[in-house]
Amino acid sequence: MDLIYSIDWILILTSIAKTIAVLVIVLTMVSYTVYAERRVCALIQDRLGPNRVGFPVTLFGAKKDFSPFLGGLGQPIADAVKLLLKEDFTPAHVNKFYYWIAPALGIGAVIVSLAVIPFGSTLFGFPMCIANVNIGPLFIFAFSSLGVYGIVLAGWSSNSKYSFLGGIRSSSQMISYELCLGLSVIPLFLILGTLNLTDIVNYQAKNGWLLLPLLKGGIGFPHLSQIVLWIPIFISFVIFTISMFAETNRLPFDLPEAEQELVGGYHTEYSSMKFALFFLGEYAAMIAGSSLIVTLFLGGWSCPFIPDGAGNGGLEFLHIFPAPIWGLVNIAVFFGKVALLLLFFIWVRWTLPRFRYDQLMRLGWIFFFEIALANVFLTAFILAFIPK
Amino acid sequence: MAYTVTRPKLTIWEKMYLPQVVGGLIITLRHFKNMITGKTRVVMQYPEEKWDTSMPPYYRGAPALVKDEKGRERCVACQMCEFICPPRAIRIHPGELPAESKWSKVEKFPQAFDIDMTRCIYCGMCEEVCPEQAIFLRKDYAITGFSRDQMVHDKKKLYEIGGTLEGLVFKWNPLK
Repeated sequence: MDLIYSIDWILILTSIAKTIAVLVIVLTMVSYTVYAERRVCALIQDRLGPNRVGFPVTLFGAKKDFSPFLGGLGQPIADAVKLLLKEDFTPAHVNKFYYWIAPALGIGAVIVSLAVIPFGSTLFGFPMCIANVNIGPLFIFAFSSLGVYGIVLAGWSSNSKYSFLGGIRSSSQMISYELCLGLSVIPLFLILGTLNLTDIVNYQAKNGWLLLPLLKGGIGFPHLSQIVLWIPIFISFVIFTISMFAETNRLPFDLPEAEQELVGGYHTEYSSMKFALFFLGEYAAMIAGSSLIVTLFLGGWSCPFIPDGAGNGGLEFLHIFPAPIWGLVNIAVFFGKVALLLLFFIWVRWTLPRFRYDQLMRLGWIFFFEIALANVFLTAFILAFIPK
Repeated sequence: MAYTVTRPKLTIWEKMYLPQVVGGLIITLRHFKNMITGKTRVVMQYPEEKWDTSMPPYYRGAPALVKDEKGRERCVACQMCEFICPPRAIRIHPGELPAESKWSKVEKFPQAFDIDMTRCIYCGMCEEVCPEQAIFLRKDYAITGFSRDQMVHDKKKLYEIGGTLEGLVFKWNPLK
């Protein structure tokens, strides 16, 4: 009995609720990111993209089908149903165990890494972060590098040369860029002195976003040290964002699934829901990456002039509304920032051509690695010699 | 033969790459904006919008049989179109006109006239070769069906598509 009383049931129940909420939001976001990808790509190429599928509410007795905005909003649901109903074909020549485990690894690692991201301030006093751990970014880097196993195992177990090439490329690319990814954020931790993502966001809510020190709770003039420190922060932001493109296999670094060279890349031999899991994992990785960029550089859930979930800060007259409303607004602000960053990912994808393999390696090892390393020393120098 | 590709000489600005990336992003953003604001109009929304009005007069659509102004069929079942048809889409079963008929000089008429639209390549050779100007390519292009049988146009269907065409017909000319 003591054991049952000693368990913190509130913590468990709120964690489960938060987990379900994050999963639902992220998976919905994934499917609508795919829709946005197709739509934006089409508009950039002077086409229209999917604009037909609405919601067939006439089936449930309504007078007219519901197809809001530009149309096509039912497309992700139709695609999901299609992928679920397709034949799940396992070729005879694959290594069955690894072939089956690879898609699960691919998506599982990504979804676990979402656990440490603070996606809101507080709601009714509960912090909006599933696991408030003191090693946030390390946790995410660890799990995103586990994600490469999904791809490598898929490529290797498929027993097909195209898949294999895709897997090999992916592993070498991830190794080269993970280094820059980790090194580029060290200046941030030098400045903030913490690896706890919630603390990092709270700091930004109080002192202005790291990338935009002007947004200081409201608008305020930054310190001298903040202005000087903005230079290394900007450098690390650029390197981190570009490395994130490489880490999530997005164009211009999508060598693991270069359709023109590798048929389909590491998922050539996959079909149906197993393919869909890779697809989901890829877009969920984009969302996780964007969330990390937003959390580290763009102030997380904080928005100037808007109070946090406890009703502190922001403009005075906004305090007449109850605090939980602002908690919800903060969550919306966070996912809004992530959505904007995802649109940027899509925009870049349909602008830039793919890098050649040697260019990719050169960029990673010769430029970004060195710049990130120099950036660490630059930050340390500024912190040591310029007074706060 | 191996040959050396001369690489373009890049300025420092271009070698820095990032400014060029921003330039590319601006180009795609412009396309996106023009598409959103409706400045570029390239795509035609097919079932709602069709290009029928701007179709050229020489457009070759589905082949069809025509009748003359008195509602008599022009085809004499000479089978020229059947023989010329490159994919052999046309099948004609000629019938003999009875000797006591007023038009017995014509000798034949088509008992059945089938065009298999899954085979037809819309080349227009049947129209070109027809001595009686009985078969024409119409402007219908959306020929669909749920089965192969539905895609075979029989005589009735062909006259339905074709309608009537006025003008000289040798077949119904008693002087010829």
